[in-house]
Amino acid sequence: MPINLDTIRGMPYFSGLDDSALAAVSRYFFEKKAVRGDTLVFEGAPAEVLYFVVAGVVKVFKTSADGKEQILHVIRPGDSFNDVPVLGGINLVSAAAMSAAVLNGIKKKDLEALSKEYPRIALNVINVLSQRVQEMIELVEDLSFRNVSGRVAKILLEHIGTGGGENPRLTQQEIAAMIGTAREMVGRSFRTLEEEGAIKIERNLIVITDKAALRKIAGIIE
Amino acid sequence: MVSNMPVIDTEKCDKCGLCISICKCGILVMGDDGVKAIESEDCSLCTTWCNTCELVCPTGAITCPFEVVLEDGRE
Repeated sequence: MPINLDTIRGMPYFSGLDDSALAAVSRYFFEKKAVRGDTLVFEGAPAEVLYFVVAGVVKVFKTSADGKEQILHVIRPGDSFNDVPVLGGINLVSAAAMSAAVLNGIKKKDLEALSKEYPRIALNVINVLSQRVQEMIELVEDLSFRNVSGRVAKILLEHIGTGGGENPRLTQQEIAAMIGTAREMVGRSFRTLEEEGAIKIERNLIVITDKAALRKIAGIIE
Repeated sequence: MVSNMPVIDTEKCDKCGLCISICKCGILVMGDDGVKAIESEDCSLCTTWCNTCELVCPTGAITCPFEVVLEDGRE
């Protein structure tokens, strides 16, 4: 299936390119589909493909020796993953679909060839990598300075949907992996946040009843 | 349609039966491939969303997915 030029134009890697350059880029893309749970990238394997999420959600994570998972980043439509290793060599992390997902992929060798032909892409790559470093610093800040309830509150605020089912659903395990704690701690934090009056727990829903209070617990300063 | 039932990864399930033993609604049963959730009004009527099966599972095979919403859609 041909890749839509507007889709490519919206990718940070290819912003600022004219239509003829975008058409050239599009010829190197291929589509990949995944179902929830599919592992797309394996930690330690050679990084051969840069992926862009078109639909669905993908988690990027590391797994400890005893099997604990730390989610480093949740990739939503429009975002890419495997950026750093595809420019470096070996996958430092794994990636798996959190929902049914559609991806656009471009091979490492093709991206390198395009960067030589269109230097604007190389400049865009620097900007993307800069963003990745900022995201890592935010994660370090979360792990260093927020208590578990504060980190859970922040995750809830970042995942507000309409309840119509269009947003990816979360699980306590996923939140635990995102904030680097045990799932039992996430459950306890839910109860604490409920006692504080910030949320209400319903079947298959976390209802935010006091967003200001939740923001305060999350340590978000106006 | 999105299911409201617990989601079970049979590859992770080691058939220990802990979840079945704690399920208040009786919607979990042991199958050949591991634990299965039976569609039941008892579970969908559960208003407390006990989530205990997810909590007790030693292998993380059971999850109870949820969505985050604002009350009455308010900011």
